Amino acid sequence: MAVSEAAISIRDLVVDRGGHRVLDGVSAEVAAGRITGLLGPSGCGKSTLMRSIVGVQIVASGRVDVLGLPAGSRGLRSEVGYVTQAPSVYLDLSTRQNLDYFARVLDAPDQRVAESIESVAMADSADSPVGNLSGGQRARVSLATALLSRPRVLVLDEPTVGLDPVLRGELWAGFRDLADADTTLLVSSHVMDEADHCDDIVLMRDGAILAAKAREQLLAETGADGVEQAFLRLVGAGS
Amino acid sequence: MSPRVVLATGRRVLLQLRGDPRTLALLLLVPCVLEALIKWVFEGTPVVFQRVGVPLVGIFPLISMFLVTSIAMLRERTTGTLERLMTMPLAKLDLLAGYGLAFAAMATLQAVLVSFLAVGLLGLEVAGSTPLVVVFAVLNAMLGMALGLFLSAFARTEFQAVQFMPAFLLPQILLCGLLVPRDQMARPLELISYLLPMTYAYDALSRVAASSMVTAEVWRDAVILLGATALSLALGAATLRRRTP
Repeated sequence: MAVSEAAISIRDLVVDRGGHRVLDGVSAEVAAGRITGLLGPSGCGKSTLMRSIVGVQIVASGRVDVLGLPAGSRGLRSEVGYVTQAPSVYLDLSTRQNLDYFARVLDAPDQRVAESIESVAMADSADSPVGNLSGGQRARVSLATALLSRPRVLVLDEPTVGLDPVLRGELWAGFRDLADADTTLLVSSHVMDEADHCDDIVLMRDGAILAAKAREQLLAETGADGVEQAFLRLVGAGS
Repeated sequence: MSPRVVLATGRRVLLQLRGDPRTLALLLLVPCVLEALIKWVFEGTPVVFQRVGVPLVGIFPLISMFLVTSIAMLRERTTGTLERLMTMPLAKLDLLAGYGLAFAAMATLQAVLVSFLAVGLLGLEVAGSTPLVVVFAVLNAMLGMALGLFLSAFARTEFQAVQFMPAFLLPQILLCGLLVPRDQMARPLELISYLLPMTYAYDALSRVAASSMVTAEVWRDAVILLGATALSLALGAATLRRRTP
């Protein structure tokens, strides 16, 4: 991924949570304007790495820079959009009310509310309380919130989990449009198939990075036909 | 601090309340029902209603805002909305002031309604000014909000948060002079009562009930209430962390 400069740079990051070492000296770079897939099994530290990148995680040591500033800096708060795995929106408000509120906090123009709702295909139920929506719909509302300020960096934790394949395809197409418009996307998933939509891959296991490179290069180097197989070869199992 | 974010937050909190009409009705009607009940219970000794009627108008908002804030804040923490806000350009003070604004509006409504009922229909006598009673009700609501905000940081579940009401407010209700005048309590209890903020809420409101003069003591009580609010808000703000383990 030497093609473009790094939007996110992680150096020797160590994070302890609840007495356990969750990230053990992780270093990686995420290239600007590309889709990077952060892949690995559940519990391998993906979410903790993402929390460190958006600056809400207490880190033991190491350094994370985003767009040249230390992660969590004041200057990054409109530039980095973050979607947690569990939808973090107000369940007792409607989609529109949620987005209206977050748009004002972000100082995003009013028309961004309708645009963001449209981009996650939620216009039809924009006025029902989010608590009445399905899990997948809630996840889309949460995603729409992160799109409001047109952030330069989007950190999405398992955004496509549990979604209808048609919708998942539409969301990935939307991510591709964003990347084409120079947004940097870091998208995590425990489903290795999702790697097909990514330019670069960061493979994680047990709090460490197995590989971080362009998808084509990863496949070529491991001689695998898919990222799942590449993962297995890297951990020395399977053929 | 940004007025845009404060107003947006206040509006959002009120919208959440409006979306929950049952809570809204409970907030506004329960104090009225309780006030009427006290009038009725003490029908044989009307002096009791005259003594506690006014302080209660101001103490109801403290209790309800304490409960509403601790649950609301706990939800912000557990649903991840607080974490999301902390990644956005929002100062902690914006969030606190937004909640304050919304709950001050609710407290005003609550206090106006109860005072109207108590003074207009139940025959409660207020020697001082009734608007001043409402002002103290709002101050108390702010205190309740600040205490709820701070204590919610120590609750992991809503069950725990609800139990903080009997744990932290009931002792204050017992000791503030509402049940027994403080100078008739055992000396250690009287001394403890000086450390509890609700004592000053009770004192101020009973002074307003008893005299049309806004005395220095009333001002002193107001200052102490504001001080206690500021202290709990500062402690509460310290529990809102951008980075968490």
